[in-house]
Amino acid sequence: MTPRKRRLMFVLLGLAAVSVATALVLNALSGNVTFFFSPSQVQAGEAPRNAAFRLGGLVESGSVRRTAVGNSLDVHFIVTDGAHSVPVRYRGLLPDLFREGKGVVAAGRMSDGLTFVASEVLAKHDENYMPPEAAAALKEARKMHEEAVKK
Amino acid sequence: MIPEIGVFALIMALLVAAVQATLPLAGAHWGVVSWMRIARPAAVLQGLFAWTAFGCLATSFLTGDFSVLYVAGNSHSELPAVYRFAAIWGGHEGSMLLWQCLLSAWTVGVALCSRQLPQPYVARVLSVMGMLSIGLLLFLLFLSNPFERLIPAAAQGRDLNPLLQDPGMILHPPLLYMGYVGFSVAFAFGIAALLSGELNAAWARWSRPWTLAAWSFLTLGILLGSAWAYYVLGWGGWWFWDPVENASFMPWLVGTALIHSLIVTDQRGAFRSWTVMLAIAAFSLSLLGTFLVRSGVLTSVHAFAVDPGRGLYILCFMVMVVGSSLLLFAIRAPGVGLGGWFALLSRESLLLVNNVLFSVAAMAVLIGTLYPLLLDVLNGGKISVGPPYFEAVFVPLMVPALVLMGIGPMVRWKRSAPVELRSQLRWAVGASGISALLLAWLLPRGTDATWTPLSAFGLLLAAWCVWSTLVQAAKRLSTAGTQGGSLRLRASRQPLSWWGMLLAHFGIGLFVFGVTLASGFETKRELTLSVGETVSVAGFDFRLDGVDEVPGPNYEAHRAHVQVLRDGEPFVALAPEKRRYRAQEMPLSQAAIDTGLLRDLFVALGDPVDDKTWSARIQVKPFMAWIWIGCVLMALGGLLALADRRYRVARRAPRTARAQRGDDAAARTAEAAS
Repeated sequence: MTPRKRRLMFVLLGLAAVSVATALVLNALSGNVTFFFSPSQVQAGEAPRNAAFRLGGLVESGSVRRTAVGNSLDVHFIVTDGAHSVPVRYRGLLPDLFREGKGVVAAGRMSDGLTFVASEVLAKHDENYMPPEAAAALKEARKMHEEAVKK
Repeated sequence: MIPEIGVFALIMALLVAAVQATLPLAGAHWGVVSWMRIARPAAVLQGLFAWTAFGCLATSFLTGDFSVLYVAGNSHSELPAVYRFAAIWGGHEGSMLLWQCLLSAWTVGVALCSRQLPQPYVARVLSVMGMLSIGLLLFLLFLSNPFERLIPAAAQGRDLNPLLQDPGMILHPPLLYMGYVGFSVAFAFGIAALLSGELNAAWARWSRPWTLAAWSFLTLGILLGSAWAYYVLGWGGWWFWDPVENASFMPWLVGTALIHSLIVTDQRGAFRSWTVMLAIAAFSLSLLGTFLVRSGVLTSVHAFAVDPGRGLYILCFMVMVVGSSLLLFAIRAPGVGLGGWFALLSRESLLLVNNVLFSVAAMAVLIGTLYPLLLDVLNGGKISVGPPYFEAVFVPLMVPALVLMGIGPMVRWKRSAPVELRSQLRWAVGASGISALLLAWLLPRGTDATWTPLSAFGLLLAAWCVWSTLVQAAKRLSTAGTQGGSLRLRASRQPLSWWGMLLAHFGIGLFVFGVTLASGFETKRELTLSVGETVSVAGFDFRLDGVDEVPGPNYEAHRAHVQVLRDGEPFVALAPEKRRYRAQEMPLSQAAIDTGLLRDLFVALGDPVDDKTWSARIQVKPFMAWIWIGCVLMALGGLLALADRRYRVARRAPRTARAQRGDDAAARTAEAAS
């Protein structure tokens, strides 16, 4: 192969690789990105009705209930951002750091428009740690509350 | 007093690094030998000071000096001594000090093992590494001082994060950082070559062993982090495509491309500018990894302190390093020739495809990791990019890479005849097809297991990796046989770098095998378990015999006694724990795992439902251990390859060449005489 031909091969190979990769990335991104919503946004109807999303906030104190029927691992709790709250249903083991009054992020979808059915519950690795999404939700709700008071 | 000595040592290291970064470089530029000579002693001295600082911090930790803020934040008087030592890198400041110390260690390594290299080149390399040290040391002294005092001293420390109190965590950060920082050597070699304007094959040969070492350490570091996630996080997974994992994975991908591209540059002189580019990219991604993990941009177990000043500094440092090296590249690269000629079917072009695939994979991981951050900064909403994205992008890119991995080493440099290749491929294809079928038929499967096209394909791919490697070995050893000698003699005649490659490629086969089976055929149950109750999972019966309360050194634990039975016979006893660490009031599940070559049995405790009933997670993961074995073989392969005589012979090259000429002359005289 002459140097010129070779350079052409490099360019073509590079272009092919980049275009294949772009196609893969775009295709994968379009299907596998989950958006985050706060309880206030959910109540305002901004969250999708039929698609998965992430819900974040605090686990409301005294809201965690287990269904002690049989060997079920069903658990119910309420996620709140101080202004609004959303009931959550989950089946499975909760993470070590899941606690009332602490930050939590749940991934799942709304069922019947009222309850959020979580397929995954995340509470991260430090007692002081607040998932950033949960922190943002609380801040947003507080800001809206203050604005409402001013009016 | 000791912390003050530590600060003083850091200041001295900074001063020495300033000399190391400037004088030798100037000396190399103007040809002043005495200035260039300063590089080596300066590097060693800087290393001594940095490690003195490390020793001071270690002393503070081991003696439990809670008047040091960092010690008070990450240690506790009840913490076992080994974790008090590991706590040095359990937090932000200490891990940055570790970074610096390892950078010094690599610098000293280069200074001591570079006698064979031309002096101006060594001077430039050590200067570049000195510049990196300056950046790190300034950061340590002004923004992230691990020796900062806490006055009045705390009566008690806040303890090390319980998740990090684990044997894996003693080794994971140093090994990972050895890898990250090790790429700085390849980077410095590349930059030095660009600076001198002599971007020839020699620098590739010189940097190969260093790059292999860094890559092997990085492999082991990632492996340990992954193993830690497997048995400490208690979810039974081992790779989550978490941004922090990705941060260490991107340099690994580019590093893999780099060690392959270096072969071409070394052997054939081709891809010179591309190889330098990869060296720059590998180190830049290491810096990016540090930035992502240490700046608090990402939140995870690694993101200790959220301090915008620190993040900004690392970002600026990164931009300076990447920007200046790319600028230098842009100025010098156009003058670099293309190197040797090669045909479409040649080892060069296959290695080029390897490079493209790995770089593109790294890019895809980068996009998936940074996209949510970018979108958030631009107020585009908060999103998360989950494992499905990474799997959807990564798998299609790695499949061709693995297929070509089997073919590449069979192909000759410059040009290969398809006929010759076909005869070797026939064996490998046949053997892998047959063994994949056999395996599919013979393998023990969990109750949940169903064959999917993906797992069947994974099995075939794993068999292909293993068999193509074996066929290469057979071919090479039998060809060598034409020169006579026993098999052992023939084997010992092969270079270590070749054995290293075989071992690493073989390891990849085992790794793919483990991944395919562990993820495709695992059985997972989340359930409640009462004392005396037996549940059956994938042919094993798990019986909860009781739950004790056990005191630990700095925690209290509930320990469950789970007897595993197979066909009614006791098989193994497992004791998962639910610990509560006193200092941080933090619960932690310690999973109990019975590791075997054929399957792992995994039991982790959840919350108690009542006095006698616990929620639990039980998993049976076939061939899980093969994932770790595969990774260890890859790393060992890298280490074996770097021990190759070639790199050491190069040191004596001038002398040998002279001796050779002498021999030739003698031979000519003898010929003439006859």
